[in-house]
Amino acid sequence: MWYFGDVADRGADTRTQAAEAERLRLSRVHLEAMVAHAREEAPNECCGVLAGRDGRVERVRPVANADRSPYTYRMDPHELLRAYREADEEGLEVLGYYHSHPATPAVPSRTDVARAVDPFAVYVIVSLASEPPEVRAYRILDGRYRELELSVG
Amino acid sequence: MPTVYLPAPLRRLTGGASRVEVPPGTVADVLRALDERFPGMRAQLCDEDGSVRAFINVFVNGSEIRTLQGQQTPVGDEDEVSIIPAMAGGSPRRCLCR
Repeated sequence: MWYFGDVADRGADTRTQAAEAERLRLSRVHLEAMVAHAREEAPNECCGVLAGRDGRVERVRPVANADRSPYTYRMDPHELLRAYREADEEGLEVLGYYHSHPATPAVPSRTDVARAVDPFAVYVIVSLASEPPEVRAYRILDGRYRELELSVG
Repeated sequence: MPTVYLPAPLRRLTGGASRVEVPPGTVADVLRALDERFPGMRAQLCDEDGSVRAFINVFVNGSEIRTLQGQQTPVGDEDEVSIIPAMAGGSPRRCLCR
């Protein structure tokens, strides 16, 4: 497995506090925004950036899926760059990322685990395989994942 | 001086800095300058043969260097270089046509 930076070196990451929290907080509006985006893009996967502060999401920022695929996503790098800059300009931290699984459960796939490069980020997955859709959050580290609490309200 | 913009996932390598100034030159020079400042950074961004890793995007003023002159792309005093790792994943393949 391959990560950016020494995972043990937590001091340097501004998201350390949020990253070590076992939950991600967000409003119902933000939750519904991710589900709406997933439905819009179905049968393809959708993806986007979650920005906020102190572990609470304040912005759900859709990013185009350059793969346009039902099985994979790759955030359009130009849009991803814009999303990072917008977060900086608004004084928000990029807390994590979301994507959809149009036909399978909200559990990280092997590809999700293999391609995760940010051990401090929260990875949210929206599954349209069930109704109502299932939304779950994870941290992905060292080839493994751990579920986090999604605190809605 | 050219500026290098680094998004959240890379700031662990820069002690939290989001913008770093480097001397002008080429993208290759910028990567070397970053590595001098933050030892080991180049190895994170480039393969053993020195090419930028497939899942790293390097932009000069908003254009990806693979569409410019790669690492030979010039970087002048007014230019901004942005380095971002690809954010990607997938879902398990299953027939959608049940």
